[in-house]
Amino acid sequence: MTMTVLALSDVAKRFGPTIALDGVNLELRRGEVHALIGENGAGKSTLMNILAGSIRPDRGEMTVDGQGYSPTSPLDARERGIALIHQELSLAPHLTVAENILMGLEPASWGWLNREAARRKSLEVLASFHHPEIRPDRRVADLSIAAQQVVEICRAIAAQANIILMDEPTSSLQRDDVAHLFALIRRLRSDGMSVVYISHFLEEVREIADSYTVLRDGQSVSTGSLSAVTNQELIVQMVGRPVENLFPSRQRLAPDQVLLEVRDLSVPPQLRHASFDLHAGEILGVAGLMGSGRTEMVRAIFGLDPAQSGAFRLRSKAIAARGGSPTLRLLQGLGYLSEDRKGEGLAPALSIADNTTMTRFASCSRWGWLDRTAQRTQTEGWIKQLGIKARNPIQPARTLSGGNQQKVVLARLLHQKADVLLLDEPTRGIDIGSKAQIYEVIADCAREKKAVLMVSSYLPELFGMCDRIAVMSRGRLTSARSVDDWTPETVMLAAIGGKEPEAGVAANETL
Amino acid sequence: MSAEFKVETTSARPALLNVWLARLGPFIGLMLVIAVFALMTESPARYLSPFNLRIVLAQTVIVALGAIGMTMIIVSGGIDLSVGSVIALTSVVTALMLRAGYPPTIAVLAGVLVGGLVGLVNGLVITGLRVVPFIATLGMLGIARGGAKWIAGQQTVNVPQTWVNELAVTFPTPSWLLLAPGVWIALLLSILTAVILRNTVFGRRVFALGSNEAAARACGIHVPRLKLWIYSLAGLYFGLAGVMQMSRLRQGDPTVAIGTELDIIAAVVIGGGSLSGGEGSILGSMIGALIMAFLRNGCQQMGWPNYIQEIIIGGIIVIAVAIDRFRHSRTFT
Repeated sequence: MTMTVLALSDVAKRFGPTIALDGVNLELRRGEVHALIGENGAGKSTLMNILAGSIRPDRGEMTVDGQGYSPTSPLDARERGIALIHQELSLAPHLTVAENILMGLEPASWGWLNREAARRKSLEVLASFHHPEIRPDRRVADLSIAAQQVVEICRAIAAQANIILMDEPTSSLQRDDVAHLFALIRRLRSDGMSVVYISHFLEEVREIADSYTVLRDGQSVSTGSLSAVTNQELIVQMVGRPVENLFPSRQRLAPDQVLLEVRDLSVPPQLRHASFDLHAGEILGVAGLMGSGRTEMVRAIFGLDPAQSGAFRLRSKAIAARGGSPTLRLLQGLGYLSEDRKGEGLAPALSIADNTTMTRFASCSRWGWLDRTAQRTQTEGWIKQLGIKARNPIQPARTLSGGNQQKVVLARLLHQKADVLLLDEPTRGIDIGSKAQIYEVIADCAREKKAVLMVSSYLPELFGMCDRIAVMSRGRLTSARSVDDWTPETVMLAAIGGKEPEAGVAANETL
Repeated sequence: MSAEFKVETTSARPALLNVWLARLGPFIGLMLVIAVFALMTESPARYLSPFNLRIVLAQTVIVALGAIGMTMIIVSGGIDLSVGSVIALTSVVTALMLRAGYPPTIAVLAGVLVGGLVGLVNGLVITGLRVVPFIATLGMLGIARGGAKWIAGQQTVNVPQTWVNELAVTFPTPSWLLLAPGVWIALLLSILTAVILRNTVFGRRVFALGSNEAAARACGIHVPRLKLWIYSLAGLYFGLAGVMQMSRLRQGDPTVAIGTELDIIAAVVIGGGSLSGGEGSILGSMIGALIMAFLRNGCQQMGWPNYIQEIIIGGIIVIAVAIDRFRHSRTFT
């Protein structure tokens, strides 16, 4: 029964001077979920692309069902029963569900499409997923992200894949949809399919995977059964050194002066009501599900989305919530880190120096003339201070790893001298090493009496970093309470049900 | 509680409404244009007469044929800027063949095939040399125009009287035809292509390619080959448009149809085609072509100068796309 369906030995790939993979071994058995774990830049994506036929390896052996496997195109991979489900969904939004499921395998005679057969075939595949709302003739663009993921999985099944590669499939899903996805994966497994599952989240990996392989610097460093290894051991293998404490220790000070007061902010329909005080030197966490209105709140504060009503006081001075613009907020000392790093956080084609200094070009220009030397020198300072791994300041931001890109965004906020930092998912999708460094930077900001608002979906991060936490649920923000008054369970309860902790717990706050 | 956690989907109603808006939008636009001019002219009867209708249709043939090919290209996420030059080139080729005494059928075929060949070259440059369509066809715009002038010896090519000259006339000789043969040809080909886009594997892959090229590739669709087919087939239509151009002028003119590609692209876009690919329909593009033809004709009937037409058509293009954007902001969140 424990038949090996996919085996890799000593697979390597280099891109110019960069060694992406340097000897990877992996063994996938029939009917197992195999987790591929590793920091960003460890080579997971390259490995997936090699398996899916998009990239050819420089050396190494691959076998599928015992037969040699050297795909030259995605078509080869498909014919050998391997399907890749990307992190970003790869569906055609304008086409129907049926057309997406059967893309490349359209039932036809003499090039003439057989719509009835297409409908029947896609229904057959869809039938096992219990999503009656995903009808074959619906346009994919009209489906939710979770439903689209189901369609993508159906496509893999329709292609009669027996090896499914999933690249961080939960990154765009909400908690309950993750549960759906896991149920799906378990079904696939019991049907004898094998899944390679890539994820950053160890908790998630533990929940769904049977065995694991850790990838570090392009090499497979360890493999085995997940039940025989602790998270701590996995982390050590991932980063290659023990991480004693991911979160910096920080003296929690008595509440200082209030820097930013927000009252009754609302951006219907996503944000109905939010009020909080943000003190100098504190880190205030905002928890909540994706789509609960957290991002809308931060965007409205920063003037990116128009607020319908509400009032702000910044350093005890009243300012209008309506009619705010990012230009104005920047002048007022607010800094914003977007959850969408590639789309909004960075200008990927511009240099690190341009990205770092763009919100305060005044620091390195005179009468509109940019002093490139000054810009470089200042950027070099930040590169050093934040430990950004870069060749030089004029390197385009897009050439950096995700973690280092995020450090550039933080460098921009620091360079801007913002004293109210609005951070939306500051560590999303970045490796543990960079995470630790970013936590350190954020903690430093608080030590320097800046006020930090941190939105995050990752509870350990909120509990490890924040002084107080407030929870957003369907557009309403609970009052902010000391982190000691919350447990992960009460936060989740508040996020799902909109319930605040019991009065008894709340009473502690006043003590 | 679990009831709240089922996979959310946006409700079907607005989507359906949108689909109808998208389908009917260009048609409503056409009716509006006709109605406005009918009301403005002193003699609505003349504007709406079968006589005028024939003129408008005959005038539409070239843009309509071009728009059929362009719809395929735009739906696939590409663009072709070389159409005007290709029309000139193929009109010259057809004229030269006729002047050299080849049978009209051979001459027409040669014109069409040269169009297909140019399209094939465009496709090869796009897929083989990985030049983006905008630049590849911008280059071809110059090359084809220069080529046309070269083989024509920088002057117009007069042709003997054959049936080719009658393809695009307003009043066809067997009068039971009612409309110019070119109009019927364009109509038949537009139906044929609409059916191909809708009901064949090739057609659906054109949409898949335009909607998400990476997905199409990942699904094992041979993307370069598909693109070669699309640009070559479209080229055949552009070649045929060139033949019609020659027929209208009754000579091959290497300087003709400058900027026609923009009229053609405008027709597709007014008809609901999206320049980012995945959207568009032959029916919409045909209506788009008619909207522009009725606009031109209406302006002429009103005795308005040419520049007024240009301003109005420019405005219409922007408005059509703005309406399309508005529609999108509600479907794609």
